[in-house]
Amino acid sequence: MTITAKRPGATLRDSGRGLVERVARVRELGIVVALAVLFGVTGAVNPEFLGLDSLRDILLNSAIIAMLAVGQTLVVITRNVDLSVSSVVGLSAFGGALVLADNPGLPIVVVIAGCVLLGAACGAINGLLVGAAKVPALVATLGTLYAFRGIDYAWAGGRQVNAADMPDSFLSLGSRPVLGVPLLALAAIAVLLAVGWMLRNLRSGRELYAIGSNPAAAVLAGIPVRKRVITAFVASGALAGLAGAMWAARFGTVDAAAATGKELDVIAAVVVGGVAIFGGSGTVYGAALGALLLTGISSALAVLRVDALAQTAINGALIIAAIVLDRLLALRVAAALRRRRYRDAR
Amino acid sequence: MADSPPPVLALREVSKSFGAVRALREVSLSLIAGEALALAGENGAGKSTLVKILSGVHRPDAGRLLLDGEPVEFHGPADAQAAGVAVIYQEPTLFPDLTVAENIFMGRQPRGRLGRIDRRAMRAQAAALFTRLGVPLDPEQPARGLSIADQQLVEIAKALSRDARVLIMDEPTAALSGNEVTRLFGVARSLREQGCAVLFISHRLDEIFDLCQRVTTLRDGGHVADDRIADIIPDDLVRRMVGRELGALFPKQDAVPGEVALQVRRLTREGVFTDVSFEVRRGEIVALAGLVGAGRSEVARAVFGVDRWDAGSVQVGGRALRPGSPAASMALGLALVPEDRRQQGLVMELSIERNIALAGLAEVRHGPLISRAAERVRAADWAQRLQLRHRSLADAVDVLSGGNQQKVVLAKWLARQPSVLIVDEPTRGIDVATKAEVHRLLSELAVGGIAVLMISSELPEVLGMADRVLVMREGRLVAEIPRGTATEETVMAAATGIGGGGA
Repeated sequence: MTITAKRPGATLRDSGRGLVERVARVRELGIVVALAVLFGVTGAVNPEFLGLDSLRDILLNSAIIAMLAVGQTLVVITRNVDLSVSSVVGLSAFGGALVLADNPGLPIVVVIAGCVLLGAACGAINGLLVGAAKVPALVATLGTLYAFRGIDYAWAGGRQVNAADMPDSFLSLGSRPVLGVPLLALAAIAVLLAVGWMLRNLRSGRELYAIGSNPAAAVLAGIPVRKRVITAFVASGALAGLAGAMWAARFGTVDAAAATGKELDVIAAVVVGGVAIFGGSGTVYGAALGALLLTGISSALAVLRVDALAQTAINGALIIAAIVLDRLLALRVAAALRRRRYRDAR
Repeated sequence: MADSPPPVLALREVSKSFGAVRALREVSLSLIAGEALALAGENGAGKSTLVKILSGVHRPDAGRLLLDGEPVEFHGPADAQAAGVAVIYQEPTLFPDLTVAENIFMGRQPRGRLGRIDRRAMRAQAAALFTRLGVPLDPEQPARGLSIADQQLVEIAKALSRDARVLIMDEPTAALSGNEVTRLFGVARSLREQGCAVLFISHRLDEIFDLCQRVTTLRDGGHVADDRIADIIPDDLVRRMVGRELGALFPKQDAVPGEVALQVRRLTREGVFTDVSFEVRRGEIVALAGLVGAGRSEVARAVFGVDRWDAGSVQVGGRALRPGSPAASMALGLALVPEDRRQQGLVMELSIERNIALAGLAEVRHGPLISRAAERVRAADWAQRLQLRHRSLADAVDVLSGGNQQKVVLAKWLARQPSVLIVDEPTRGIDVATKAEVHRLLSELAVGGIAVLMISSELPEVLGMADRVLVMREGRLVAEIPRGTATEETVMAAATGIGGGGA
C-alpha cells in the first residue's frame, strides 16, 4: 500500500551511456596531458630530452615499474594491496643472476621461467594468507615484504653477482632494442596489452572489479572470491618474478638489496594512474601511464638540474594531485547523476 | 504433503544457531513448482536466516535440504544458483563501479570467441529485461547513483535473467512505488505460471494475500503454522505472527498544537528541491508525503544540516539555523532519525549502549573521558522506556532485529530531549507489532510537546498518524491537507499531480 508512482515513458535514458568508460578516459587523458606538458616544457629547456637516446632511456627505466604496476593493479582492483613486490623482484633478480653465473650453459628461457615461477610461488603465499587465512592484505604483504627480503639476504650471504659473471646473451636482453624500442619495454607493453584485454573482456577479469567494488555482494553473486583473489596475487607475484629477471639483465650487478623500496614507486604509479585504492575501478593502462609519468619526471628533473632530493617531494605532490583529481571527478559524476535523476523524476 | 511431484526445494527440520542465539529451530517448508509461498513472521522470527540457508549463504546445523526430493548440500551461493535458486535480497547487492548490465550478468556474461564478453549482446539482453519489466533504465549507466527503487529493479532484472526454478523475494517491495510493485507482481505471476516456485516475504499483508497461495508462519525461530491463503483472513495471520492480540496500529492521541517549533522558509537546494516553506508546531505530527524521489528526505537532510541549502532559511524555536551544520542543529534541539538506519542511523559494530550515547557524548563525560557507567545508565533508561528487546546492552546492534535497531536510533535522539524530531520512514521494514509501538511512541512524544515531522511512503501511516499532511511533488511542496480532509485520494492526487492536485 504505497503511493503510486507514474514513471516517465519507457524511453531509454540515453545520457548515461558509457558514463563509466568516459570517466576512465578522462582520467587517463589527464595523465597523457601531464606527460605532454612534461615533455614539452623539458624539451623546450633542453631539446636533448626529446632525443631518441633520451626517450629510449625513459622507456627502459619505466618498463620494470610499469610491469610491476600492471601486477599491482590486478591486486588493488580487488580491494587489496601487494607491498611485497619489491622483495620478490630482489629475490628473483638475485636468484636468477646467481643460477646463471653458476651454470653458464643453462638456456636463458629456463632461467626466466624459473624467475616467473619463483615469483608466482611468493604470490601464492600472499594469496593464501589474504584469500584463505583472511589476513588483511596490508599486514600480510608487509610481513612477506620483510620475509622474502630476509630469505634473499640469507641466500646471498653478502655475495654479489657481477655483470662479468653472466653470459652476454642474457645481459643484452636488458639493453637490446628491437626496431628501435628496448626489448624490456616491448615485454612490458605486451604484458600490459594482454592483462588489459583480460581485465576488460574476460568474466574472471570483470569479477576482479566486482570483488573490489562490493566484496559482500560478490559472495552473494556466487563469484569464487577466494580463488580470484589468490589468482590476482599469484599474477602479481609472477610479474614481479619476471621483473626480477629484467632487473638482473638491465643492471648486471645484483646483490640482495636489489629493488629495495620500489614497492612504493609501484603503488604511486598505480594511484597516479587512477586505480582506486579501495578497489573496483581503474585500468592497467592508467597504471602503466602513471609509471611512465613518474619515471619521466625523474628523468626531466635530472635534465633540468633540479636537486634529486626535491624529486621525492614532487612525486608526493603528484600523488596528492591525482587523488584530488579523482575526488573532484567523483563529485562531478555524483552531481551529474543527481541532476539526471531529478530530471527523470519530472 | 508428499504427493507427486516432490517439492522443487524443501527444508526438513532445519536448525541454525549463531553463537547462543537460536535463529531457526526445526523448521520445515516446501516450495512447490507453480506456487507462491509466503513466509510470514515478525522481525527476528528467522525469515532472513531461512532465506540465507536456501540461497547457500549459511549451512544448516541440523536438518536437511531437499532438491526435487533428493538431499542436497549447498556449499555456497554458487551451488544454490546452479540448482536454479534466484534471490532478491532485502537490501540491494550491487557493484557500484560497474554498469547496470554488468551487474545483471556478472559471472554469466554472454561470450563470444576466446571467452570474450559480448558487450553488445549483454546490453541488448539487459535492455530486453527492462522492456519486459517496463522500466526505462539504461543498461550502460553505472550502478552508483541509482535510487534505491532503481537498484531494486536491477535486482529483479538479475533474478529474472536467471530463468530460475525457485525465486526467493526477501521484502523486495519496501523501496518500490505502487506501479513498480504491480509490475513486479506481474513478473512473479508469469514466472509462477511457467512452473517456477516462488517464496515471498513482505511486511505488507495485502501483498501476501494478493500474490500467494500458501503461507508458512515463523515465530521466534520456530515453525508456527502452514495455511492456505484462501482459508484465512489477515487478522488470523497477524495473530499467528504475533502470538497475541494487537492493539490499534495507529494509536493517535489528540494534541493541542503549541508554539511554532520549526519554521522552514523558501528553502531551495538546486536540482533537488525548490521553494519549500512550512512550519511544525509543538505537539503536532506533520507528515511529509509524496512519491519516492519527490525530495522529501532531501529536505529533511538539508534542514538538519547534512546537506547545504542554496537559498531560504530555517528557524528552530525562533532562532535561525546555520546551514550545513548538524552540530548547530542539534544544539538548537533538532533530531533526525534517518531513512537508512544501517548506513546512517547506527554504527553496526558498536554496542547498543555506545550507539545510544553517540549523539550525546557531552552528557556521558567525566572530564575528558567517556564514562562507561553513565553510558550504561543512559542506555538502560531508554531501553526500558522504548521496550527494547535485547539480551545485553553490550551486544553489537547488528544482532538486533530491524525494529529493535530502529528503537536504538530513536533512543539515541530522544535521550537528547529534542524539541523537533524528524523521522524518515520510521517503520520501514519493521514488523506489525513494533510498528504499533513506534506509532504509539511518536504520538506520546507529540503529546509531550515535541514537534514531529514524519516522512512516510506508507499512506495508512500518513493518514493514521498525522495532524497535517504536506505533499511534495518533483521537489516542490504542492499541498497541505489537514487531518480532517486527508484521504488516500486527496494525498495521492496531490502527490501524482493527477486530478486537481489536492487542497
